[in-house]
Amino acid sequence: MPHKPPTKEELERRKIVGIHEETVRDVTSTDFPGHYPGEEHSWDIDAFRRGFRVEFHQNAPFEASFSLIGVDASIANAFRRIMIADIPTLAIETVFINNNTSVIQDEVLSHRLGLIPFKAGHEGLHKFLKWWRKPTDESQINNSYFDFNTVSLRLEVKCEHNEAASPNETDPKKLYHHAHVYASDIEFCPVGRQDKYFSGADSIAPVNPDILIAKLRPGQEISLSMHMHKGVGSDHAKFSPVATASYRLMPVIRIDRPILGADAEMFARCFPPGVIAIDKVSHKEAAQKGSGYEGHEGEAKAVVADPMRDTVSRECLRHAEFKDKVTLGRRRDHFIYLVESAGQWQSDAIFLEAVAHLKKRAQDLEKQVVNMVR
Amino acid sequence: MPRAKTRKEEPAEAESDIAMEEAPTSHQPEAEEDNMSVDQDDNDEAGAANEEEAEEEEEEEEVQRVRLLPGSTPTAASFEFLNETHTLGNALRYIIMKNPDVEFCAYAIPHPSEPKMNVRIQTFEGTTAIQALEKGLRDLQDLCDIVSDKFIDARAKFGEGVSA
Repeated sequence: MPHKPPTKEELERRKIVGIHEETVRDVTSTDFPGHYPGEEHSWDIDAFRRGFRVEFHQNAPFEASFSLIGVDASIANAFRRIMIADIPTLAIETVFINNNTSVIQDEVLSHRLGLIPFKAGHEGLHKFLKWWRKPTDESQINNSYFDFNTVSLRLEVKCEHNEAASPNETDPKKLYHHAHVYASDIEFCPVGRQDKYFSGADSIAPVNPDILIAKLRPGQEISLSMHMHKGVGSDHAKFSPVATASYRLMPVIRIDRPILGADAEMFARCFPPGVIAIDKVSHKEAAQKGSGYEGHEGEAKAVVADPMRDTVSRECLRHAEFKDKVTLGRRRDHFIYLVESAGQWQSDAIFLEAVAHLKKRAQDLEKQVVNMVR
Repeated sequence: MPRAKTRKEEPAEAESDIAMEEAPTSHQPEAEEDNMSVDQDDNDEAGAANEEEAEEEEEEEEVQRVRLLPGSTPTAASFEFLNETHTLGNALRYIIMKNPDVEFCAYAIPHPSEPKMNVRIQTFEGTTAIQALEKGLRDLQDLCDIVSDKFIDARAKFGEGVSA
């Protein structure tokens, strides 16, 4: 029997992950050579270019949402993992405490300092700064700090009574000087060539100056210096440039048979607002035999308005009224990303950096494989 | 004094290594490690530090991270990648599986505490596993180019785009 190429409906059906009351079906992708007899499915760069699409939904500096359509989960997941764990940023790594008489303990204070996201000039951060590696010989550690791998910071605050405050004042911020220690109190101490790369708007400073680090009372003092290094999220989450980078698959809601009248209202309530809209059965639909709309002209009917907003709660599958009337699914090759930057990078730049990173990784390994054969 | 200490420890370690020969390959210490520690002992401390500075970047490139595991034939081979994770493993597996000359491809991380990722490739006659691996890595680079091109286009079209 000669092989028939798959119809458009068949190709569409293969892309859907079935979501049923208690189970999910067709989870894995099947677009591999040899899976369907007589079909090709081998890697074709032009076919990928034709089928691949990017759609933006939101692009704020610290929150971007976009869809990658026509890509496999393994690739999409690689981008997500790279964004979280492999994109470098600067963070405080070592804290040298000279004096800390505040109620917050040294180690807790150090941890809090480490988690503060810092921004810095792009060129200095990515071209000038290099990795810092702990020397194998511990005694050499003081010879391992250079202007190109360590950034030095200082925090010197002392809480004192505010003589000018009124005697009835109860707000500690007015009653005392430096009652609250904020991220903006951290001072950057440029060394060597750092002046050239990190000055003015490119200076190294906390993304959010209003992060509360500690609270002090008169007589208490914090005096410490800090070292920042470049690092990646796989080492410590404080280096991760994203607060969250996640994706979900595009939900698919298919109404197979008409849902009319009061049922339509109930159906809409099974979904988050905006997913299902209520429409009127038109004259044309009512006139069509076998459509299920005969004799229902002017009645309310449920239509799918915006499946992207759905959370796929499956609530509609619990009701007998909608049995066999609705099919739920997810599109296997439609990834809706949400990238929330912690502030060191623009959200969209994080994704582009992730793509560049994966390419660089593959490039390096290609050289390694050639080297291995030699 | 610290030198004498390390010298004493080394033979003790070597003895226990012999007993470990039956252990899986990933558990066996590599011979190179021993050589390196001897070299460091012989070097002047200051001299070694200077060399490290100068070669810092190059050194990272030079370390061989891909290895052909024993028992491989031209059309059926296992590779060991050091310092690679699911990130590259799964993406590479997918793109190699897309090659019609490949009969089988899978990846595994044998143990979560070891920074190792293994890839198994079996091909049909006419090509080799190494060629399939190289093609996979090249295809992955092409894919990345298209993704970033289309991403930049879509961002420009969306309008609000902030330049990277």
